[in-house]
Amino acid sequence: MSYNVGDAVAVSTIEEAPIAVVAEGEAAKKIEGRSPWVLAWRRLRRDRAAMIALGVIGLIVLMALFAPAIAAVLGHGVYQQFRGTNPAGLTPLGQPVGPSSTFWMGTDDQGRDIFVRIAYGARISLFVGVVATAVTVAGGLVLGLAAGYFGGIVDSLIARFFDWLLAVPFLLLAISLISVVTVHPIGPLRPGLPVVIVVLGFFGWAAVGRIVRGQVLSIREREYIEAARALGARPWRIMFIDIAPNLLAQLIVYSTLLIPVTIVGEASLSFLGVGILPPTADWGEMISTSQNYYLYGSWWYLVFPSLALLITTLAFNIFGDGVRDAFDPRGDLFV
Amino acid sequence: MTRFLIRRALQGLFVMWLMTVTVFLIFFVGPGPSSVARVLAGRNATAIQVAAVSHRLFLDRPVWDQYFHWIGLSHLFGLSPDPGLLQGNLGYDYYHSQSVNTVLKSALPITLSVVLGAAILWLAMGLASGIVSAVKTRSLWDRSFTTLALTFYSMPTFVLGLLLILGLYYEFTIHHIGIFPAPGTWVPFSSNPLKWAQALILPWLTLALVSAATYTRLTRGSMLDVFGEDYIRTARSKGMSERRLILRHNLRSALTPVVTQFGLDVGVLIGGAVITETVFGLPGIGFTAVRAINQQDLPVVIGVVIVASAGVIVANLIVDILYAVLDPRVRLH
Amino acid sequence: MTTQASSPVSGPARGGDVLLRVEDLVKHFPVKSSQLVHRGPRDYVHAVDGVSLEIRKGETLGLVGETGCGKSTLARCVARLYDITSGRIEFEGIDITRLPASKMRPLRREMQMIFQDPYGSLNPRRRVGSIIGDPFAIHRTASGADRKRRVQHLMELVGLNPEHYNRFPAEFSGGQRQRIGVARALAFSPKLIICDEPVSALDVSIQAQIINLLADLQSELGLTYIFIAHDLSVVRHVSDRVAVMYLGKITEQAPVEQMWAHPRHPYTDALLSAVPVPDPASLDRRERIILVGDVPSPINPPSGCRFHPRCPKAQQKCVDEVPEFIPRLGDEAAHLTACHFPVADGEDISKARPAISADLRVVESSIPEGSLTGISGGDGP
Repeated sequence: MSYNVGDAVAVSTIEEAPIAVVAEGEAAKKIEGRSPWVLAWRRLRRDRAAMIALGVIGLIVLMALFAPAIAAVLGHGVYQQFRGTNPAGLTPLGQPVGPSSTFWMGTDDQGRDIFVRIAYGARISLFVGVVATAVTVAGGLVLGLAAGYFGGIVDSLIARFFDWLLAVPFLLLAISLISVVTVHPIGPLRPGLPVVIVVLGFFGWAAVGRIVRGQVLSIREREYIEAARALGARPWRIMFIDIAPNLLAQLIVYSTLLIPVTIVGEASLSFLGVGILPPTADWGEMISTSQNYYLYGSWWYLVFPSLALLITTLAFNIFGDGVRDAFDPRGDLFV
Repeated sequence: MTRFLIRRALQGLFVMWLMTVTVFLIFFVGPGPSSVARVLAGRNATAIQVAAVSHRLFLDRPVWDQYFHWIGLSHLFGLSPDPGLLQGNLGYDYYHSQSVNTVLKSALPITLSVVLGAAILWLAMGLASGIVSAVKTRSLWDRSFTTLALTFYSMPTFVLGLLLILGLYYEFTIHHIGIFPAPGTWVPFSSNPLKWAQALILPWLTLALVSAATYTRLTRGSMLDVFGEDYIRTARSKGMSERRLILRHNLRSALTPVVTQFGLDVGVLIGGAVITETVFGLPGIGFTAVRAINQQDLPVVIGVVIVASAGVIVANLIVDILYAVLDPRVRLH
Repeated sequence: MTTQASSPVSGPARGGDVLLRVEDLVKHFPVKSSQLVHRGPRDYVHAVDGVSLEIRKGETLGLVGETGCGKSTLARCVARLYDITSGRIEFEGIDITRLPASKMRPLRREMQMIFQDPYGSLNPRRRVGSIIGDPFAIHRTASGADRKRRVQHLMELVGLNPEHYNRFPAEFSGGQRQRIGVARALAFSPKLIICDEPVSALDVSIQAQIINLLADLQSELGLTYIFIAHDLSVVRHVSDRVAVMYLGKITEQAPVEQMWAHPRHPYTDALLSAVPVPDPASLDRRERIILVGDVPSPINPPSGCRFHPRCPKAQQKCVDEVPEFIPRLGDEAAHLTACHFPVADGEDISKARPAISADLRVVESSIPEGSLTGISGGDGP
């Protein structure tokens, strides 16, 4: 009973009229466009602020990717200290040098080019931001799915785990854990990048998990889930193929807004001295060290890394807001 | 209702217990049996002191024995003369030779001053700007507030703090305008309220501006949500004046998520104002903890973590109860 | 309380071997309580309270009843979507009552379900081709191009355009979505398809199309159906035999024409009298049997014959004794009724008055939170 173009089909209501009894290409084009992802993307494209923010993010990514190239072009290595006179990275008294044609953003307390270090710092921030967010969302998704779908004792255990996680004072426990690990590594947790990513990723599980769990509880009762069970689908298949796609939009929005939070988290840890270990270039660490210098004339040491951090975070936040509005345009409807 | 309260209280106690186990695992078990005493005794401890610590904390005994001792159950059952956690003893600071309770007793008022002062400030700012934004949607007010909120929301606390010090304290001071005392000044409220507040202006501003941003967005969103509800439309069509509408109907329901968020945030900040305290050199419990970590003075860290978690759990409990009082639907679950 | 008699015999009209046998199926749902610790006996919703059925290969059994009578629960129990409280289910001679999921899985290819809600039974986030292809993916029987080919074949079979393989359910009408559901159920040419009110949510004209589709498929593929509905005229059209359910039990069961010609149970009589008739003249002539009261709560079903609070012919015996499910008034073996005072041919019960005291008839008609609400099927249009 297939239909061909031009068929005259007797229909009893308009509702029943087969959509495809039109020229195939035209219909395909008109109908294909209705996928929710395409719609969201179109809305996003029209949001000018979000697009500008995306451009800024792109620039930062480029800067991170080409950091070695930047260093090479300028002739200033990221760890290179210019204590001599040509070029002079430090004043005769040993203080940092301000922005000039040689050092576009000045130097730090060890005579290193701040601009180059900011470029390298972007690598850390972006890498940790993305990876830790991925860890958070992945872990939260799995836990939330399990808790919501299996219910019973699995749910109770996971819910208690979430309660505990949310009660823990993040910063303090992160600092404690990292300091213990610095003295005596525990398993895969080594000071520096690994422990930072793990800590930042792990602590977000509860927030994501709860949201996912709530959604799963309502989706679980839908008839198409019953249909999947009637077909004999295994629980994990139902969770990932039937339930998870309904969560995808929300997870994307959440991830996009989580990245700047993670970036700030990493910078905070480094600021307190328990994040990325020097001499690796890191914005938080630079700001922290600048505390001894910025009040004595070396304002650039504080300002430029701060601006880098601020602009990055702002760009991600604006873009994230745009993504959220693209998926849920309800906000526009208000008078 | 009582059933609900009991259940919530039990949950809170359970989580608190989990916290103690976690802390115990990290600090007493994590470093490995041979290092624990050394770690706890502090960096400057001599071998004799380490041995004394080891003996005093029963570190030669099996793990769960140590836990019972530490948490105070042994004392409760008369098995040990030393009071533990349950009796309110947070431990002994070997590094400074004083009890942790003493250390924290002086630090806590500082944290509370910073947090509570900032909290009032940000709640006021957030609510005011949020309400105005919601009422005058898309106006200049709305757009400015929203943009400001976004900017401050994106700013890490330490960045804002340092920039404020640079911009306000530094610039004013080098021009001989002495409004802002040097960062790190602390005057207890009891000795001079005015100077107490003066020293705290910058920390308050820092913490408040960053937090207020969240509240602006939250309030605005919540009020807009309620605006769209049918019962508002009904009241409006009945002829209620707009102002009365906002104040009596809209605000009350819109405020519920804001109030609960507020409770949670204050709870979290008791332990998490670390960054503000560090930037401004205020020796609150967060700063004390960080310094203790750098000095590897772990008993203090343990004490702070316990206190901070307790703060969060209690705040959560209060918020849940408040929510149940405000929204009867929650109780029936 | 006496239980119903042992397995009823199927009609001779259609049917080969017994495909599915259900014996004394009971399904009780505990009522959720807000208590922390349980004190005293719990309440249960008696969704299905002792149902026995036999279904033969190739026939269609219609299952009718009001909303809340337990027919959907029965369907899901048979399909093993729920674990049953007690009883026995036998499919093709295999006892599947407590079969673990892994052993049940291969059997699911033989027994499928079509659901009521065309909008809820398809995952809105998945493409139609993927939905229909699910059985192949789950049982790992076909993949890639092969799976696509089979899916498109199924789409053609049910009257959908196979070019729409990549569309989302939202782009189809209600009737088309139901066809998608049918296609999904047909993937493995199952022996038994349980149709849970497959047309209730569709426009009348579309209903006809889907019913015809199901009938065509039955003859083409040799399917056996359990067809659940609350609309009697639909059931009459599709079924070989019909069973009427009320409050978790089957009250009457007969070959379809028998039931229409000689309804024995007062409930069946009332239902039939409410069926819309196209001829206004005969409508006026017909006496409507109007049932009083609401459907009682399934948490605390009435004693004896569960229908007695609303039955126009009720007598004391109906309150005290559960009627046996046997042929009455000289009916053939395939026509079973659970009633102490069945309706004789030509008897008009619209004027009947129950012979039990009023206060005995007053049962819990208020329905507590969480239980099923019902529309009394006797109140006609």
